[in-house]
Amino acid sequence: MLFALPVLLVFVVFSWGPIVKGLVMSVQQTNLIDPVKWVGLENFRYVLSDPGVGQAALNTIWFTLLALLFGFPVPVLLAMFLSELRGRSWLYSTLAYLPVITPPVVAILLWRFFYDPSPSGMFNTILGTVGLGPYPWLDSPSSAMPSIVLEATWAGAGNAVIIYLAALTSVRADLYEAAELDGAGVVRRVWHVMLPHLRGVLLLMLLLQVIGTMQLFTEPLLFTGGGPQGSTMTILLLIYNYAFVNGDYGAATALSVLLALALAVLSAVFQFATRGWSTE
Amino acid sequence: MSGERGALSDADRRLGRVRVPFVVGQVVVLIGLLIAGLGPLLWLLKAAISPTQDSIRSPLAWFPSGQVQWGNLSTAWQQAHIGYYLGNTAMIAAGTALASLIVCTTAGYVLSVLRPRWGALLSAGILATLFVPHIVSLVPLYLTVLKVPVVHANLTNTFWAVWLPPAASAFNVLIVKRFFDGIPREYFEAARIDGAGSIRVFTSLVLPLSRPILGVVALLSIISSWKDYLWPLLVLTNPDLQPVSVALPKIAKVTELNIQLAGLFLALLIPVLLFLVFQRAFLRGVGLSGGIKA
Repeated sequence: MLFALPVLLVFVVFSWGPIVKGLVMSVQQTNLIDPVKWVGLENFRYVLSDPGVGQAALNTIWFTLLALLFGFPVPVLLAMFLSELRGRSWLYSTLAYLPVITPPVVAILLWRFFYDPSPSGMFNTILGTVGLGPYPWLDSPSSAMPSIVLEATWAGAGNAVIIYLAALTSVRADLYEAAELDGAGVVRRVWHVMLPHLRGVLLLMLLLQVIGTMQLFTEPLLFTGGGPQGSTMTILLLIYNYAFVNGDYGAATALSVLLALALAVLSAVFQFATRGWSTE
Repeated sequence: MSGERGALSDADRRLGRVRVPFVVGQVVVLIGLLIAGLGPLLWLLKAAISPTQDSIRSPLAWFPSGQVQWGNLSTAWQQAHIGYYLGNTAMIAAGTALASLIVCTTAGYVLSVLRPRWGALLSAGILATLFVPHIVSLVPLYLTVLKVPVVHANLTNTFWAVWLPPAASAFNVLIVKRFFDGIPREYFEAARIDGAGSIRVFTSLVLPLSRPILGVVALLSIISSWKDYLWPLLVLTNPDLQPVSVALPKIAKVTELNIQLAGLFLALLIPVLLFLVFQRAFLRGVGLSGGIKA
């Protein structure tokens, strides 16, 4: 079975192997120099007693909530609107997708410049013309995280728009026609035909967005390095620090496993809670 | 794009109370998207050829000092070595795409066409990885690359470290398998009756027929490796091998702002051009990914 060789090799070495190894390492003490020691749940105890973890968990949840608030409704509405444009929607979707194509590092360095807290900073200049600001953006513990969310939403919205748009193009025209013959106005056609059709993909994207935003890393690392005063320290940034700054691989994998467990529980609860809605 | 109609019928579109807000909405949304999508790009182009002080003091003015510094671009390309780092990025992206293509076409062929008895098991194993968050394997994957099991090779500071891991993509395998599922089985039977072996069927029947989906896989993996930051930061510590995404934050620390912004512009140019040229394939690929996830 020559053809199965590449996929088996790559998955064994770079996917299944590391997943198993991650679980094993979370109960070991290893720093690559001393021999590996089995330490049971010691890593978990260490991680859970680190006051930084609680703070990082709260920050991560705060980011996720803000990202849902900003980032979830806009792409849905935009895709619903674009699906009515027929032939011209390509221009709109191309524009909406440009931020997605922008490499995150480029986007972050550019936005860091836009977030210049001085009155002549880009955003402060724009807001200044209507008499607002200047705001400190990334420099203040209270506004740093919302600023990061704003950039992340800008960077990610286009992707969701395209996925919703693809789902909407599969709505059969006769459903709308039937609704129209039954006397449903535009608003009711949107509410009773378009939205129910999106329900499955909406629930799924909601879950994926939560899972994705819980793993926020590049933005806080490059925007703020976790500061000011730890206000943008996320779980993933902490894992990175554990592993690659402190060299404590056991603690890093223990925290990774905890995060993965939290995500798994979240997905399970979510699936259970929404099962009723999608089969109604 | 969509079928014959959406929620609005042709009759609705002629009604004043529907048409007026719809047209106004189109204009508003278009302006919003122009500002959000194209705005930063165009501003970056302007800032890339502006003196530093212009960008800092009045970022929105049109060349307030009257100077246009085209030289920023070549300074960034040569002195800040953006050209060199972009070369690395291109190497990394090309190798990633190639590795992904090899893995997902052969895997798709096994799962969709050859269908051995253990195919279901392999398929389940690949599918399962979709549900495991990447974070679980970040640290162990790094240690794996540091010392590959059995052969004990250290892949860090070689391009293999960035080429191979992304090839273990369940998503790519699945979309290719689905595409292969759509090829009529009669083709394979006919080829076998004509005496073609499984290698021959793969190279002269399956691959040529699946060019569109292979284009999508290649594009998506090129773009995602172009965007990647954390992984190359970890495994390519040798500055000579680093891609532009890893180099830019370092350059930003030691370079004057106008050169920095010129560097950002150069790093952005190629993905945007790639996207504009292959726009259809892209948007179709992203739509497909929604279909797989659903």
